[in-house]
Amino acid sequence: MVFEKIAALLAEKLECEVSEIKPETKFGDLGIDSLDVMELLMSLEDELGTEIEMGENKVETVADLVAMIESKQN
Amino acid sequence: MLNGKTAVVTGGSRGIGAAICKKFAENGANVALLFAGNTQKAEETKAALLEMGVKAEAYQCNVADAEQVAEVCKQILADFGSVDILVNNAGITKDKLVPMMKVPDFDSVVDTNLKGAFYMIKQFYPVFMKKRSGKIINISSVSGLMGNPGQTNYSASKAGLVGLTKSVAKELAARNVCCNAIAPGFVATDMTENLSEGNKLKDFIPMKRFGTPEDIAKLALFLASDQSDYITGEVIRIDGGLAM
Repeated sequence: MVFEKIAALLAEKLECEVSEIKPETKFGDLGIDSLDVMELLMSLEDELGTEIEMGENKVETVADLVAMIESKQN
Repeated sequence: MLNGKTAVVTGGSRGIGAAICKKFAENGANVALLFAGNTQKAEETKAALLEMGVKAEAYQCNVADAEQVAEVCKQILADFGSVDILVNNAGITKDKLVPMMKVPDFDSVVDTNLKGAFYMIKQFYPVFMKKRSGKIINISSVSGLMGNPGQTNYSASKAGLVGLTKSVAKELAARNVCCNAIAPGFVATDMTENLSEGNKLKDFIPMKRFGTPEDIAKLALFLASDQSDYITGEVIRIDGGLAM
């Protein structure tokens, strides 16, 4: 569910098809920098209603971000 | 120049901070000022701002305390709705030569002057980032650029602000947020009043006088306004030529 939300947000931002966003997709390849990832996190916070503390872990791929959010939710 | 903007100024009750608050209010900005302990001065400054017809509020906060900063910043956002300008001006001195300087003397100056600015920026960073606009102004000092005997703690904190300014400027440049530093020389405030060598110091200043808080406030207004939209990561000396 988290993945679908992220994919939808990314597709909207990048104006591309949702199907183009895969878990293994690297943010760098999408032209998304670390600040963009942070912004994405902030939008997700609003949407999911949870506060996500930015961790020390590197978030390189969409799957990394999903894992990070899921770990905070549990 | 700042109509409808909201400015947050730390150390806003007196000295340079109060002059900046007044200059911003004169130019139409709503002002949230933070002060450490001088409630009377803070209320006086707040009253002067309200007289100019803007929204103004004073918040007691020790900027060296990250938790207090987080709470106050949340309150400011609730009270003012948003923030457009942040001025990190709060600063203290504990001047001593190195052998006499105790570790807590060093720490407290760095905690207030440098880490306090970081805590404030950390709180408002997401706001500026989302808005894709904003002005952060850090009050450094020529002491941080030149060094000054008796001020290892102070000049280290003020030099630290220069590095902080440049890194924040680089992080947020693509988001259209400017971060600059002002490096005042000797300015006539409570902080410099106790300098025993006051008159001798003037001989070292090419312009032969101390600056006024108003001098600094005029530069802060420029950096807070759209007149300086393409300036970021800059450190501007304002010192009558002292550090040339």
